[in-house]
Amino acid sequence: MQARQEAPAPPQAPERPELEAESAQARALRFVWGAGKLAFSLALTLLGLLVVTFFIGRVVPVDPVLSIIGDRAPASTYDRVYRELGLDRPLVEQFWIYLKKILTGDFGESFLTKRPILDDLRRVFPATFELATLGLILGVAFGAPMGVAAAAYKGSWIDQTIRVLCLVGYSAPIFWLGLMGLLIFYANLGWVSGPGRIGIAYEFSFQPRTGILLLDSALQGRWDVFRNVFSHIILPACILGYFSMAYICRMTRSFMLHELSQEYVTAARVKGVSEARIIWRHALRNAAVPLITVIGLSYINLLEGSVLTETIFAWPGLGQYLTNSLQNADMNAVLGATFVIGIAFVLINLISDLLYRLLDPRVRRRS
Amino acid sequence: MLHFGRRGKTWIAAAALAAFAWSASPSALMAATPPDTLVAAWSIDDVISLDPAEVFEFTSSEIIGNTYETLIGYELEDVSKIFGRAAESWTVSEDGKTFTFKMREDRVFASGNPMTAEDAVYSLVRAVKLDKSPAFILGQLGFTAENVEAKIRQTGDYAFEFETDKAYAPTLVLYCLTATVAAVVDKKLVEEHVADGDYGYGWLKTNYAGSGPFSLREWRPNEAIILERNPHYAGAAPAMARAIYRHIPEPAAQRLLLEAGDVDVARNLGPEEMAALASNPDIRIQEGVKGSIYYLGLNQKNPNLAKPEVRQALKYLVDYGAIADTLMKGRVRVHQAFLPDGFLGALTETPFSLDVAKAKELLAEAGLADGFTVTMDTRNTNEITGMATAIQQTFALGGVKLEIIPGDGGQTLTKYRARTHDIYIGRWGADYQDPHTNADTFARNADNSDEAAAKPLAWRNAWDIPEMTKEADAAMLESDGAKRAEMYLSLQREHQQVSPFVIMFQEVEGIALRANVHGFVIGPSFNDNSIAGVTKD
Repeated sequence: MQARQEAPAPPQAPERPELEAESAQARALRFVWGAGKLAFSLALTLLGLLVVTFFIGRVVPVDPVLSIIGDRAPASTYDRVYRELGLDRPLVEQFWIYLKKILTGDFGESFLTKRPILDDLRRVFPATFELATLGLILGVAFGAPMGVAAAAYKGSWIDQTIRVLCLVGYSAPIFWLGLMGLLIFYANLGWVSGPGRIGIAYEFSFQPRTGILLLDSALQGRWDVFRNVFSHIILPACILGYFSMAYICRMTRSFMLHELSQEYVTAARVKGVSEARIIWRHALRNAAVPLITVIGLSYINLLEGSVLTETIFAWPGLGQYLTNSLQNADMNAVLGATFVIGIAFVLINLISDLLYRLLDPRVRRRS
Repeated sequence: MLHFGRRGKTWIAAAALAAFAWSASPSALMAATPPDTLVAAWSIDDVISLDPAEVFEFTSSEIIGNTYETLIGYELEDVSKIFGRAAESWTVSEDGKTFTFKMREDRVFASGNPMTAEDAVYSLVRAVKLDKSPAFILGQLGFTAENVEAKIRQTGDYAFEFETDKAYAPTLVLYCLTATVAAVVDKKLVEEHVADGDYGYGWLKTNYAGSGPFSLREWRPNEAIILERNPHYAGAAPAMARAIYRHIPEPAAQRLLLEAGDVDVARNLGPEEMAALASNPDIRIQEGVKGSIYYLGLNQKNPNLAKPEVRQALKYLVDYGAIADTLMKGRVRVHQAFLPDGFLGALTETPFSLDVAKAKELLAEAGLADGFTVTMDTRNTNEITGMATAIQQTFALGGVKLEIIPGDGGQTLTKYRARTHDIYIGRWGADYQDPHTNADTFARNADNSDEAAAKPLAWRNAWDIPEMTKEADAAMLESDGAKRAEMYLSLQREHQQVSPFVIMFQEVEGIALRANVHGFVIGPSFNDNSIAGVTKD
């Protein structure tokens, strides 16, 4: 007993701060390593995007000089503009010059709008962001519960109805849906406003700050403007939302069916857990992890691919800007817009990763 | 199995209903346009600049026409009647090379600066030196960046001289000065924004320095162009305080907006939409003949198309009347000469119509009795694609298999200018109202080599015509109006028969307006379209 009493205490007390210090240092290192990896991956993604876009842009059969000078200018004017655009230099040199400019924050000027690309993007991106975000919110708000319901009532009339609705949303041309929407809800019923972002009456009395008009009008307390903007955005957002709802709903149904066939669900049922609890608490929580990827991809699609909706609804957004620039070989604008989409893609992926960790303890443990 | 609580259901339903009811309330929707504002729905994505020295597109030409003043103008009903706009009068020297202009003294720019000869000289010199797309309109008169300051010179506060390199037909010189490139800009204002000796181009391409009935308030690319009444305008003040051109690219959306009263004018309606609106009592259709023509260009590098009999045969394989009346529903009218109706010396004879037997006979003479296959580069717009499909069907009747290659404007034009097409279906608008503008491109080809400096339509179709080029040059220099008209008539008759151009139609611009809107003027060129006299009941 004595000996035991006199035995020296294990040196835990002095070691613990050291261990903690090591662990803090390791954590910091891990964080720096992670951030570095992220920055490197971001830079590599963007560089890859720029390289591909730049070289594709140079081989498309559209002459950018003609887009600037038109059909009739003499050869001397053509040659001058050709040189001014730097097209007389080797492709690699052209790309290198462009890259150096980008690194200094100079994205160049669009020859279609005659404005700096950054100014253009500041104007068109908020319009698309606002529309795509509202579209996605609607898509998720309706798509996920409908997918759950379709899986829960598999084979019933509810499932069949939802599947038909999704099929229409997924396969009907968005152009046609948009026009039908305008015809019914704008022209015939008068429930919503027509194409455009804001009514003529507010063109001169309202000064947006961020370019996200719903936010701007709310921040300025201009509820009359908010209502007007809402009446303009709701129909295109519903059309986009319907499209993404169809995708999200189909995927949710599929994920849920997979989860509901798992043994843990059978075990829960045997234990007498209520069906609602099994679906909402257990199966949906597991299905939510892959669903995050689906929602992220859907969002990216809406951000860059809503050209037709933007055309029908005269929405001055990124999709229309990019398409118009591409058709006229306005490569500075195409590269600038691609850059923004690339950043959005990386950010959305990053957010998806963070949400994985939040929802899936296995991912948390691995990292 | 799956339950929303009763309260949850109620909340969801209530929220959805409230959102719709709130957004659909009358104050939020506000359908009618303000009584002092003209709102037009138009596809304005062709606007790439608002500097008169650079503007050459349809939409921007109309904007410049309503916001700037040119030196010379012409009567829209009879374009042969020329009058001074910013210029009060002019004289021509005996050798026919020097024009002396006297400016009006009552002109004031929207900025409040008075307009003098210094502004006019500056504007012309600036346009030549900047050398943008339309600079050739002045350049063809002998002005270069090196000589322009010596050739266009101020001789008094309100007088200046304009010296050309040759004694051109006086009307040619004066018509060139009706083009938007000769609009007078406010020198003082522009000079305040000069950077690196750019003549203020970096600023003026998105801003304004004119004296027209309206001033430019804002251009938001692919969104809107907003004009405001210019309080300093020397002419009658417009009734509209402002005009808003909204970018609505889709014709069906334009129609819905017009019917709902959210816009006053729809500018890009197709034949179908126009026909559908014709019976609506709230809508009025207005038409105006334009100086644009639709044609097929047959590349002479293609050995089949280079045969004179084939060129003739294809002119008999187009059903001109059916396309104009049925397909285009009056948006074009049959016209088969390179000068549009309304121009000095325009030929209005239409010797060709669909005649399959005659075409087959000609093809047999060319050794192509079994027909041949040929491609056509076709811009993917509704009207061009529609025409191309109709032509494909009638060509087939004669044994000519036409393969349509669709592409957007940039693609087809790039190929056309590289002379790698077989057939190109195109639309050509006159640059100014003098006959030389179209003779220069359809009937002149000074150098047919691949390295040629000038690339007129005759060159693009590899049509080598040294003799016809001389005839066109002689007509350009003829100062006697009647004799000149006769020269162009003769040139067109020859051209009509032998050229590799199947000239088919002249454009008729149609717009749809709310019935309470009056005074919109459709002129022969887009810069003649005027909203200065628009009123609303």
